[in-house]
Amino acid sequence: MGRITLDKVRKAFGEVEVIPPLDLTIEDGEFVVFVGPSGCGKSTLLRLIAGLEDVTAGQIRIDGEDATMVPPAKRGLAMVFQSYALYPHMSVRKNIAFPMKMAGIPQDEQNRRIEAAAKALNLTDYLDRRPGQLSGGQRQRVAIGRAIVREPAAFLFDEPLSNLDAALRHGMRLEISELHKRLDTTMIYVTHDQVEAMTMADKIVVLQGGVIEQVGSPMELYRAPRNIFVAGFIGSPKMNLLTGEEAAKRGAHTVGIRPEHVSISTTDGAWKGTVGVAEHLGSDTFLHVHREGATDPMTVRVDGEFSARHGDTVWLTAQEDQIHKFDADGLRIA
Amino acid sequence: MARAVSNPRKALNTAIAWGIGLLIFFPILWTILTSFKTEAEAIANPPVFLAFDWTLENYSVVQERSNYMRFLWNSVFIAGGSTLLGVIIAVPAAWSMAFVPSKRTKDILLWMLSTKMLPAVGVLYPIYLLCIQLGVLDNRYALVVILMLINLPIIVWMLYTYFKEIPGEILEAARMDGAGLKEEILYVLTPMAVPGIASTLLLNFILAWNEAFWTLNLTAVDAAPLTAFIASYSSPEGLFFAKLSAASTMAIAPILILGWFSQKQLVRGLTFGAVK
Repeated sequence: MGRITLDKVRKAFGEVEVIPPLDLTIEDGEFVVFVGPSGCGKSTLLRLIAGLEDVTAGQIRIDGEDATMVPPAKRGLAMVFQSYALYPHMSVRKNIAFPMKMAGIPQDEQNRRIEAAAKALNLTDYLDRRPGQLSGGQRQRVAIGRAIVREPAAFLFDEPLSNLDAALRHGMRLEISELHKRLDTTMIYVTHDQVEAMTMADKIVVLQGGVIEQVGSPMELYRAPRNIFVAGFIGSPKMNLLTGEEAAKRGAHTVGIRPEHVSISTTDGAWKGTVGVAEHLGSDTFLHVHREGATDPMTVRVDGEFSARHGDTVWLTAQEDQIHKFDADGLRIA
Repeated sequence: MARAVSNPRKALNTAIAWGIGLLIFFPILWTILTSFKTEAEAIANPPVFLAFDWTLENYSVVQERSNYMRFLWNSVFIAGGSTLLGVIIAVPAAWSMAFVPSKRTKDILLWMLSTKMLPAVGVLYPIYLLCIQLGVLDNRYALVVILMLINLPIIVWMLYTYFKEIPGEILEAARMDGAGLKEEILYVLTPMAVPGIASTLLLNFILAWNEAFWTLNLTAVDAAPLTAFIASYSSPEGLFFAKLSAASTMAIAPILILGWFSQKQLVRGLTFGAVK
């Protein structure tokens, strides 16, 4: 079980309010990702749930019970830190055993769970090593092992992959998703990487300045961003945002068009432009096209085989039904 | 950091280091040498360095005249007791200052350090009177407490610096893993800070062992440690340098041996921050 409810939770450090009163419900078994730029309060929010920070006002409930004043040790949550935070003076086995030792679980049961976790995480051969003798990926798995053995109500991940290299990051992303499917336990995951958020989450919470900008499934956020911030943050490469005449024509202050919703032609189209930088990914190419009379280049996704050279003249046409419209306050116009 | 140092330069550096080391060690060496001389040779002018009749006479006289073991036991009891008690009090204090600092933490640390700048004699009178009132003059337990209080600022400071080196996330991980404050300090913080704690223990043991002002002023017979033992051999009119040297050698020998065996630990502890 692991239903977590935040009820008007507010956090201030002295005079500075980092999280204005905020409501959020995380359902049992959900994989929720807090995403936002650095300094948006996502880590603080996670630490409030963990109990590592005290809330200034409001209430946190775990499975219906008020946990606001409960110390972290008693909340029944497990956390994986960005720095892994393994105990350097203990072997891998002892690291994994530590939460069970604290919980007073009998030795036989401890051993059984350590073996099971080590097997699941490919750590069996490393149980007697110290964390200092492990690679980054192995340390991360030890940290996860330490979290799963105590069978927590929910897992909290604080940017757990940001210290890993790209290849390892992708592998661990899959492993964590797999783990979620297998354990079916609530997971709260903090990241600044929207790709991690999109690929792993059941539900994404987009934060900015301590305020929740939007909550929804990855595809909801992609299809119907509630405001310009979410529109720009979710999706890679970023959505193209146009103001002025093009927006006014469509009855909006700003319009947003994703790179994948623009078609390109060498003969005709709505906007004329010249090709700038081309980013080749193999399957796709992202072209930065300078539209006539516009300051910012427009990013366009084209097939990897599409050939265009720097300085070529091209024509762009947006798919009208895929254009997002926003008013002067940056809010979505339905 | 590797720097290219030429060989003659290296030899010169070594020579200078040895020179400084010997200069610092010389008084101790001289004391030890003098302890093996006769009283006449001890005050000979010009002084003799090694070419004298080595004798153990001074040691046997000193043994006969006073009960060395009792002084030694008092020194061990007072230095060990005050150090242990100090660390037991300082670990939680340093923990709170390092990991849950308040606005006043820096001020408190400085204030504690400032007490070390107070001339001890300034508080001798009140403390002496307090000891009489409480009936603890010439009492080992009283000295344990007094020396502990004197060295507490240093213990807290040292532990505070070692604890500051430990990443807070590890302690948070312990909290998330279900550890209460006691378990966190016992199973996570203390083992990680062992080199630091060891060197703190050692340094304070040495400081307490060498502490003479309070031990001389507050003891008479029962609680007198080795400092009092040495002092009893220095008399204003007699010139018993050889016996005084023998007593001094006997007083510093235990701490010298302890220091010798633990020098690695001591150096490692004092440079703890650099090798994190």
